[in-house]
Amino acid sequence: MDFEELYQDIVLDHSRRPRNFGELAEAQFHAHGDNPNCGDEVTVHLKLGANDAIDALTFTGNGCSICMASASLMTLKMKHKSRAESGELIHAFHDMLTAEQESEPDKRLGDLRVFQSVRRFPQRVKCATLPWHALEEALGKPAGGEVSFSEDTAG
Amino acid sequence: MQDLQPKTDWARIRADFPILNERVHGRDLVYFDNAATSQKPRAVIDRLAHYYLHENSNVHRGIHELSNRATLAFEAARKRVAQFIGAASANEIVFTRGTTEGINLVAQAWGTKNLKAGDRILLTEMEHHSNIVPWQLLAQRTGAELRYVHVTGDDGLLDLSNFEALLDGVKLFAVTHISNTLGTVNPVRELCARARAAGATTLVDAAQSAGHLPVDVRSIGCDFLAFSGHKICGPTGIGVLYGRAEKLDAMPPYQGGGEMISRVDFQASQWNTIPHKFEAGTPDIAGAVGLHAAMDYLDEIGRDKIFAHDQELAAYAMQRLSEIDGLRIFGPRENHAGLVSFVLPEVHAHDVVTLADQHGVALRGGHHCNQPLMRKLGVPSTARASFYFYNTREEIDRFIDVLGEIHKFFSR
Repeated sequence: MDFEELYQDIVLDHSRRPRNFGELAEAQFHAHGDNPNCGDEVTVHLKLGANDAIDALTFTGNGCSICMASASLMTLKMKHKSRAESGELIHAFHDMLTAEQESEPDKRLGDLRVFQSVRRFPQRVKCATLPWHALEEALGKPAGGEVSFSEDTAG
Repeated sequence: MQDLQPKTDWARIRADFPILNERVHGRDLVYFDNAATSQKPRAVIDRLAHYYLHENSNVHRGIHELSNRATLAFEAARKRVAQFIGAASANEIVFTRGTTEGINLVAQAWGTKNLKAGDRILLTEMEHHSNIVPWQLLAQRTGAELRYVHVTGDDGLLDLSNFEALLDGVKLFAVTHISNTLGTVNPVRELCARARAAGATTLVDAAQSAGHLPVDVRSIGCDFLAFSGHKICGPTGIGVLYGRAEKLDAMPPYQGGGEMISRVDFQASQWNTIPHKFEAGTPDIAGAVGLHAAMDYLDEIGRDKIFAHDQELAAYAMQRLSEIDGLRIFGPRENHAGLVSFVLPEVHAHDVVTLADQHGVALRGGHHCNQPLMRKLGVPSTARASFYFYNTREEIDRFIDVLGEIHKFFSR
């Protein structure tokens, strides 16, 4: 069934034992996102290195297994990525879930391609994209600092 | 004596709801999201069709025959609502879009005129966002202060130990009759009496109660009471605000437009009498007519019987749920309305709802428009099964089996 494709072992594993979960003392950027529809909330903590690449990335918050696993896998994938690469990956992930036409996802997403099946659960797309949206906000802060946003409830 | 009462044929009643035969993801639908909206019996669907086929026109201002039919049907619905909730007169019945608009109307029209800085508004921690946010907006406009009656904890009762002290200086007390998250049935009659004795105006949110148990505004003794049509087998888009005539008379209008005036000049206007003063523009005529059919339908079954059925299902669901190890149930153990909120150990409510849906069982998961209460209970969200008279014990058995499978699936 569809849901078995959605809740694969890797998703359950990362939702139960999320990697890079916790505050990050040396973080320069924080972005908090919440989904008022369901109460999921994720904060990403980001430290950029000398060449503007992601030096360290962690997250805190709570949410469903899709949201937690998406955040956990994202933090693994994004480590050491340059600003440009991060932008491309964020775009690729978002595209995999929301592009009108379903197509073969960007190979660079690796394990994250497990979330492609979320497409078949439209109510859950925002669960998967929330941490990515938060990372995008954190990276978009030019002078550093904190940002907070809410997902559009009409979507 | 009881033997002389005809036994309710719940199976025949269930057959009045065509949508309950739907298949979802290849399974028979089990609809347990009735606290969000109820399904509609054929009588209501047919009544809507009849209105549009034979009576549709605008109300009140027309001279022609169809307008006359529409006006008669619309005003007959208003009289029927008055009877349904025990109001003294149809003039005390204002048609709205739903519970939310009814509460906003009171907060705007009554609240802006009667509250000033330092006045107090008393709510409870189990209110739906729609009975919190309008009062926050009013408090911001007027400088009034919000207070809350506490909820005891997972057992979901109001802590009334300091109720009198909380009522000190309170101008408005608003409370839900039945909690949409906890299933608590609040003693609104007693609460309104104590609030009125302390000089407060009272509002009851009857969204979860009006279609589930007999509601009588004069017995409750409230000044205002609001509910929605769609939760009581009626159409979406229609709701009711009851207001005691003397309160409504003294209130300024809510919105301006046609229908709510008696005379308009270029600089100023005079208001129509109640309830029309609060009904600017063309109302949801078909909605009111459909709601009339829904009230007739419910009262033919009997709301006392509906509530007994609700309570029996809730008690059975709680008994079955308690068989699941580690499952946390919210709400009172006794006198529980027809809904159950719970958290399955180690599984987020959204995941429960997605998987239940895949098995054909419609639940709701989230904060149920009770974010502050969720924070207080220390859970981000709960899953909720809410019942109505067309639900059965067999459906609860299926729901419990599905929960068992979900539990197993996530424990793998």
